[in-house]
Amino acid sequence: MAHYDTELAIIGAGPAGLAAAVEAAKRGVETTIIDENMKAGGQLFKQIHKFFGSHRHLAGTRGYNIGEMLLDEIAKLRVNTLLSTVAFGFFEDNRIGIYSEGEVSSIIAKRVIIATGALENPLKFKGWTLPGVMGAGAVQTMINVNGVLPGKKVLMVGSGNVGLIVSYQLLQAGAEVVALVEALPQISGWHVHAGKIWRLGTPIYLSHTIAEARGEEFVQGAVIAGINDNFDVIKGTERELDVDLICIAVGLNPLIEVARLANCRIGYVDGLGGFLPLHNEYMMTSRKDIYVAGDCTGVEEASTAMEEGRLAGLSCAYSLGKVKRDSYDMAAQVINSNMMELRIGSFGDERSRCKEEIYHKYATMM
Amino acid sequence: MQEGLRIENHPILDFKSSRGKKVHITVNGKRIEAFEGEPIAAALVASGIKVFRQTPKLHKPRGLYCAIGRCTDCIMNVNGVPSIRTCVTPVEDGMIIKNQDI
Repeated sequence: MAHYDTELAIIGAGPAGLAAAVEAAKRGVETTIIDENMKAGGQLFKQIHKFFGSHRHLAGTRGYNIGEMLLDEIAKLRVNTLLSTVAFGFFEDNRIGIYSEGEVSSIIAKRVIIATGALENPLKFKGWTLPGVMGAGAVQTMINVNGVLPGKKVLMVGSGNVGLIVSYQLLQAGAEVVALVEALPQISGWHVHAGKIWRLGTPIYLSHTIAEARGEEFVQGAVIAGINDNFDVIKGTERELDVDLICIAVGLNPLIEVARLANCRIGYVDGLGGFLPLHNEYMMTSRKDIYVAGDCTGVEEASTAMEEGRLAGLSCAYSLGKVKRDSYDMAAQVINSNMMELRIGSFGDERSRCKEEIYHKYATMM
Repeated sequence: MQEGLRIENHPILDFKSSRGKKVHITVNGKRIEAFEGEPIAAALVASGIKVFRQTPKLHKPRGLYCAIGRCTDCIMNVNGVPSIRTCVTPVEDGMIIKNQDI
């Protein structure tokens, strides 16, 4: 069995993992990044919209361009990139079992950063398993990365930013978004995104849910209905829609299998997607050599994931003795202030509070 | 084949220049067009194929769901090997793809 040594192994080459790799490698840390996908970049390459925030957060740049920038940087820094490679096990001495093209091998790393991202939540209703019911992010991959339309008449379920942005991108791809339903009495995501689809004629039904997906072999229609304060369907409000695709955009949950394999202590924080590896302000987990970053530490968004990745990469570089204390403090302060700007306002405050909860749980546990 | 499931006109993206070589694959005995390197699932979607498999006990239809290799709803028999996740497996010329009920 082949075996490699590396100073830093990063599991997951999405925005968080790539940003971590850049930050560590440019400080002289020998870095290996592993991803099970054929291409690095995670979900950045399906983000065709311009990012928000300030210029420091690359606002105004489309997600896939940010992906290209990060890939250029890790190539320049000679980060060892292992694609189509699955991290399947975690053993003593930070030995990571990896599998690629039928071969099993292992990597021993002095430090590890886990940046495995998140998975979309399903939603249960009558007909929820029919072909044609898909995750909104899955549909986004099909239309923006692969250039194919899984349906032409779409019902979107959920008005968070994923639901709103994917609705707009479906319209850009030439589909009709027949309706968007939201269980809450108000829109969950940014109103600027809701306004874009509203102006293009997509009706948004608040306090509504999907009651049923119709069809024998695949989706041939949907029933939506109004709901009361207890989220029960109000009889008589059902209406049938002629759709061939139902997109589910009801949040995500952290992908924590690798963190569990590594025996990182897990906590439950509802506001960030549920179970996640507990960590401190430096992104260190309950195992001192293992750090985490991005959506697997609580679901936020790509800009925050990149800042967390930078912080984790920097912290690893420091703990490996590649950075002096004063320059570490300065660099960490810049990242933290960038991150704070992303965690303020009506959408950021709750995430900020949840992160404090994680740090508190970590401190109590340790 | 259902028309218009390949996106040709897009305000931001140009798929014509980014697609791989045009090839053919066989799905349940039917020859369909595909592009080398794209996920098998994308070629199926482009051909209007929605049912990827049947569940083993109740024979209920399943299709593409998560598209990132987690949910396994899209698994099929590819070149004789069962349970291949078509959403993360790239197309190669001449692939033989079949439904499975295991």
